[in-house]
Amino acid sequence: MMRIACPNCGLRDEREFAYGGEAHIDRPELDCDDQAWEEYLFLRANPKGEHAERWVHVHGCGVWFNLIRHTETHEVVAVYVMGVARP
Amino acid sequence: MTGYRLSHGGGRIDRGQSIDFSFNGKRYAGLAGDTLASALLANGVQLVGRSFKLHRPRGIVGAGCEETNALVQLEHGLSSIPNVQATMIALEEGLVARSINAWPSLTWDIAGVNDRLRGLFSAGFYYKTFMWPDWHWFEWLIRRAAGLGKVPVVPDPQRYEARHVECDLLVIGGGRRGLAAAAQAARDGKSVLLVDLDQGLPSLEGVRTFEKTAALGIWDHGFVLAASEGRVLHRIRAEQIILATGKQERGIAFANNDLPGIMLAGAIGRYVADYAVAPGRSGIFFVNNDLGWRSAIEAAQCGVGVRAIVDPRPQVLPELADRARAHGIDLFFSSLVQSAHGRGRVTGVTIEKPDGLSRLACDFVGVSGGWNPASQLWTMAGGQTKFNERSQSFQPDGLVANVEWAGPEPIEAEPIWTVHGGDEKTMFVDFQTDVTVADIKLAARENYRSVEHLKRYTVLGMGVDQGKLSSVPGAMILAETIGAKPGTLSASKVRPPFVPTAFGLIGADLRGERFRPRRYLPAHEWHVREGAVFEDFGWERPAAYPVGREDIQAAAEREAAAVRSGVGLFDGSPLGKILVAGPEAAAFLDRVYVGTPSTLKPGRIRYGLVLNENGTILDDGVYARLQDGSFLLSPSSAFADRMVRLLEDLLQCEWPMDVVVQDVTEQYAVWTVAGPNARNVLEALQPSFDLSSERFPHLSVREGKLDGSEVRIQRVSFSGELSYEIQVPAGQAVQMGDALMAAGKPYGLVPYGIEALEILRIEKGYIHVGTDTDSETQPGDIGFGGAIAKKQSDFLGRRALTRRSSLSPNRKLLVGLTSLCGGILPVGGHVRAPSGQSGGFVTSSQFSPVLGRGVALGLVEQGQRRLGEIVEIVSLGKRWQARISETVAYDREGGRLDT
Repeated sequence: MMRIACPNCGLRDEREFAYGGEAHIDRPELDCDDQAWEEYLFLRANPKGEHAERWVHVHGCGVWFNLIRHTETHEVVAVYVMGVARP
Repeated sequence: MTGYRLSHGGGRIDRGQSIDFSFNGKRYAGLAGDTLASALLANGVQLVGRSFKLHRPRGIVGAGCEETNALVQLEHGLSSIPNVQATMIALEEGLVARSINAWPSLTWDIAGVNDRLRGLFSAGFYYKTFMWPDWHWFEWLIRRAAGLGKVPVVPDPQRYEARHVECDLLVIGGGRRGLAAAAQAARDGKSVLLVDLDQGLPSLEGVRTFEKTAALGIWDHGFVLAASEGRVLHRIRAEQIILATGKQERGIAFANNDLPGIMLAGAIGRYVADYAVAPGRSGIFFVNNDLGWRSAIEAAQCGVGVRAIVDPRPQVLPELADRARAHGIDLFFSSLVQSAHGRGRVTGVTIEKPDGLSRLACDFVGVSGGWNPASQLWTMAGGQTKFNERSQSFQPDGLVANVEWAGPEPIEAEPIWTVHGGDEKTMFVDFQTDVTVADIKLAARENYRSVEHLKRYTVLGMGVDQGKLSSVPGAMILAETIGAKPGTLSASKVRPPFVPTAFGLIGADLRGERFRPRRYLPAHEWHVREGAVFEDFGWERPAAYPVGREDIQAAAEREAAAVRSGVGLFDGSPLGKILVAGPEAAAFLDRVYVGTPSTLKPGRIRYGLVLNENGTILDDGVYARLQDGSFLLSPSSAFADRMVRLLEDLLQCEWPMDVVVQDVTEQYAVWTVAGPNARNVLEALQPSFDLSSERFPHLSVREGKLDGSEVRIQRVSFSGELSYEIQVPAGQAVQMGDALMAAGKPYGLVPYGIEALEILRIEKGYIHVGTDTDSETQPGDIGFGGAIAKKQSDFLGRRALTRRSSLSPNRKLLVGLTSLCGGILPVGGHVRAPSGQSGGFVTSSQFSPVLGRGVALGLVEQGQRRLGEIVEIVSLGKRWQARISETVAYDREGGRLDT
């Protein structure tokens, strides 16, 4: 059970948040080919190490944000707001 | 002879206070301060249970949470708790406990015959024995034989509670090192919590103490679950954790080492010192370390008969040897206990000495095969361990964030795991699961050479004690067998909970009524008054309003018919109500809906679909344009919460636009008045605006007053009848319901529930997303292909609709299904394809009172292109003939929407 620092509310228990999948997945244009759409829909990184992901403070302020989590230790390496590039 | 109470000593017991209890139906007396285990020993009860697989007689082995044999069923009033360690039960007046795993009685146990057949029950015997012809033939037998205690037959009457605790420092373990660490941190101004399995801890200034509390596991970022007396669950968040969990003794595998009367040396020491309980009159200690000697000497000092100490080492500290001799104990160095003898209890041992074998009589044996650090919580937290040559154990090593190891110094011990020369089939490593040295060797021969594979194959360490006694010796014996260097195989992974824990405690405060909040409609009392029968649809909603002796089906048919012929009143309050406003609201919604909300005029309403990016329908519902820059969305009741989440997700992460989203679902109640007389009912309540179809046509929205209350009315219909959805502030729900009932009286208005609505919508072919659609259904499948072709711009899921699979002619399409015999088709029944496989299925089905026959919807391969075709529907071995038809079964032209 991790603790996550919401950009608005500060350090809170994991149970206040919901996971939203891998971060920085760009939605392709409508005229993309099938392979690009498949990658967008289904293909995700699965690193043993640092993983950029999206979370939402669902039982709190409702803000979506990005964080980088180490998948082995669950150390939260960075939290940063939406629209910002991966640090 | 068996155990008895010593005449003096016993730091924990109060000799002045006798406590009555019962074990296996027999009454005994213990003393205040006893555990069930110490009281049983003091009463001379040595046989406490039967082993899991072989049903061999077993006695108490340990004194604490490492106990592996003495599991009992605790009975208290209605509650019956299986598999509780007798060593962990504080004796209480009237306590009732029974042995588990023995039938018909403990002393005369039928399955004890398993022991004679133990050649059959080797490691992996389930896999080998029950393969032919099919293991299901044996399933009933295996299920009866498997498991330990009995599952209670009544719901757990125990009340559990959960508490949240925060601290700077959590110290687990109240021994010397734990107390010192806690006291120091408190002096440094930290908030300190100390938990310990035991009771009687000294109180320290500035330290909160939880006694009789087990830390069950450690998770990320200093999160710890702990259980107090199995009743209170503490969810602890600590900045820092110190593990002062101490050490655990292990045994040595020799032939018949599981006979009752053979115990851990340290456990004997604790029974003598703490409870003044001797396990017998004449004992032999078989130990490979100095601490084992101390247990023997202390027992002798307290007046327990200790006959001999057997040690594989050639010598010990002169001080120890002298003290032992002073108590008249015979010393055997470079010697081993090769086997134990006795039937049902130990009566003697064979000792292997440098000069040969000799046999000694005894009535108890203390064994110490060395000491492991109690590192279970350390490894749960992700900590590594390193083999320590001196102590022949795995010591915590490296660093773990937030967690510090403060266990004892390693205790030197001679490496000895098994005593060769005896019958390996009776050399037990894991008592609880009956894993022997022979089983481990067999597993190794069959190439189960990793400790985790060994664990699965032999069930070593899978008992409720989680291998506290057995997993290290098991790994060492495997290493020895396969010729691996000692310490290259560490013990198998330990998982929470650290001690046996009731499932009810894990759920704690979230059981029964508190598992999920009930949601009541704003007009709940009104529905109660009208005689509603409620069902849980996420909200408590009226299923129907039966009159007299009607059942729900009859009531629903009457209510549906009343809506078609006159007028009905329905509470649609859970319907989603989401305001979307801002300069870019229209452009944003164009990306969300399959349709084009930006082309909608203010005051008008349109039906729309929402897809996910895979092209699957998530929801259908209407949206209204209130003003130029503000929309009111009405997603279905079940999807309302998720729709809000989806819109927020898109706005914050995907398309940052100048739009705000506000969920007002619970602020408003919704009354739907539907039927040919709906307008008349509303007219009677003096609406502030014209209700005529010219001024207020189908699919439009008006705000104004009705019966003096502020309302918003949407002219939409989920029944196919003239229909008004009246939104009022939730607080006025009852008042508006009463007004509508009164106004409707002259027109025979009846309240109708979900079941009647179901009939009305199926008659009209209106889909219910999630019922008439599944995770593959796309807009084209339900007849929205045309709308998509017209729309130019992108929206959620659009790209997916151009994939080959989306364009396949074989997709399942929504159709109506008409039973040829007029009956009701079964929901879930399969439409048989020419191949004999399923070619679709029935999604919704009801009896239509207005048509006098069954009506149904289904998803059928190529359905819309097969109208008129007769198909066979199969369900649970029965068959029906049905005709594929249009989805709309009643009022195909839709004339009734505007009567």
